[in-house]
Amino acid sequence: MIEEITTAKEGEMVINIGPQHPSTHGVLHLLITLDGETIKKLEPNLGYIHRSIEKMCESLSYRQFIYSTSRMDYLSAHINNHACAMAVEKAMEIEVPERAEYIRVILDELTRIASHQLWWGAMAMDLGALSPFFYAFREREVITDIMEETCGARLTMNYMVPGGVMTDIHPNFVKHVKDFIVQFKSKIDEYDTLVTDNIIFQNRMKNVGLLSAEDAISYGTSGPTARGSGVSCDIRKTHPYSLYSKLQFEEVIETGCDSFSRYLVRVKEMKQSVKIIEQLIDNIPEGDFVAKTKAVIKLPKGEFYSRAETARGELGVYIVSEGGTTPYRIKFRSPGFSNLSALNHMVKGYKIGDLVAIMGTLDLVIPDIDR
Amino acid sequence: MIRFLKNYFTEVFQAVKSLFLGMKLTGYYFTHPKEIITQEYPENRLTLNLSERFRGEVVMTHDEQNEHACTGCSACELACPNGTIKIINKFEINAEGKKKKAIDAFVYHLELCTMCNLCIQACPTDAIKMAQTFEHSVFNRNMLTKQLNLAGSKLREGVE
Repeated sequence: MIEEITTAKEGEMVINIGPQHPSTHGVLHLLITLDGETIKKLEPNLGYIHRSIEKMCESLSYRQFIYSTSRMDYLSAHINNHACAMAVEKAMEIEVPERAEYIRVILDELTRIASHQLWWGAMAMDLGALSPFFYAFREREVITDIMEETCGARLTMNYMVPGGVMTDIHPNFVKHVKDFIVQFKSKIDEYDTLVTDNIIFQNRMKNVGLLSAEDAISYGTSGPTARGSGVSCDIRKTHPYSLYSKLQFEEVIETGCDSFSRYLVRVKEMKQSVKIIEQLIDNIPEGDFVAKTKAVIKLPKGEFYSRAETARGELGVYIVSEGGTTPYRIKFRSPGFSNLSALNHMVKGYKIGDLVAIMGTLDLVIPDIDR
Repeated sequence: MIRFLKNYFTEVFQAVKSLFLGMKLTGYYFTHPKEIITQEYPENRLTLNLSERFRGEVVMTHDEQNEHACTGCSACELACPNGTIKIINKFEINAEGKKKKAIDAFVYHLELCTMCNLCIQACPTDAIKMAQTFEHSVFNRNMLTKQLNLAGSKLREGVE
């Protein structure tokens, strides 16, 4: 990397963005080569928040390793935990009670809404609008309160255990979720008035950061980033897990391939998530919230893989077991890492101000990239 | 040419309208302070209600006779992913002259704890629980290492 800095061509300049920069949403270090104000090349420099979660998991038991995945993509902690629990259940052939599945899916979708709301506020803030952040947090606060009441924590919940969920839902859970849906539906139009219809916002997003469908596939992007380029890749539709095969919802796909379509995908996904919660919240079945499992979980020898659709894209959990109480190797396929790899392709030829906007639409969470 | 001008002015009008609509929304909240839900944190400490499941810190419950329910079985120590809990056992000789295991110290490292709730799930006698405290900052790191069983406390009768 140092070689490349010294070999910058005549008239070009190499500057650093980050690791301490508010627009990178964390400790991401970008080396960009500039010609005037036009970006010629971008190179992410990773590793500032590497905690070796994959290596740590090798010394933890199958009950214990789930908590550490909340620290990867902390905004979709529930969905990470769900994917890990599913991998263990698949290996052990545990049948999860229906009540647990309902609770899991409702919490997954609430997490997705909360994550997209934080992204929406931060996205507008990247473009210089400060007040949307507070509008987004007004609704997000209700979700974190529901999480606090039922799971016991606001961000890193660790509520999923192999075989179900840790405790039963709080008696007020159903009522509070219904209140949230009513509030959310009355306020979601404010989002469009405030940001989506704004002409300054649209001019900065439309036809900026183009990523064609072919490039989206070849860079391995997933989630709203790929769906904004017209690629159908929602794991909930293509490889349904948990209850998703029974539910009525649409996979949001926009074909604009620019920053604005990626924005629209996320805003529309929030509405779809509310639709999913509405189908489930009234008919949570009675019964056990966790399947009976042995005190010490031992996975059979072999390789196990499970995948889930987080707020950012596809999360894969790959476990290699040698038959013991701890995994031999664990690999997480995190969505943020693949989405970041497309950034160099997307920002070429645009200005520095556009870089911040494009990076915002990728919805990067740096601990997810470094793990 | 006329169509071009017409489109141009329509666009300008739409653009200005979108800005004013956004300003109208922020203006509404500016003139309706009752709809604002911000809480002023350090001032509202007395009225702050955290839900009973909130995980702030591991504590050991003691009753009026200064008795707890911890048998020293180390299930929580094994369940903890971070080595937060360390149990030091001792052997007491009871009235019948038999040796009995009891805890000497239940050491809890708050600085290592991630509040994952696995120790509370593992406890067979419900001796420990999560407290709703959340203001943990201290000036010295050693103050975060705590002994959870109170001085002079002993095992409650009948808990095995």
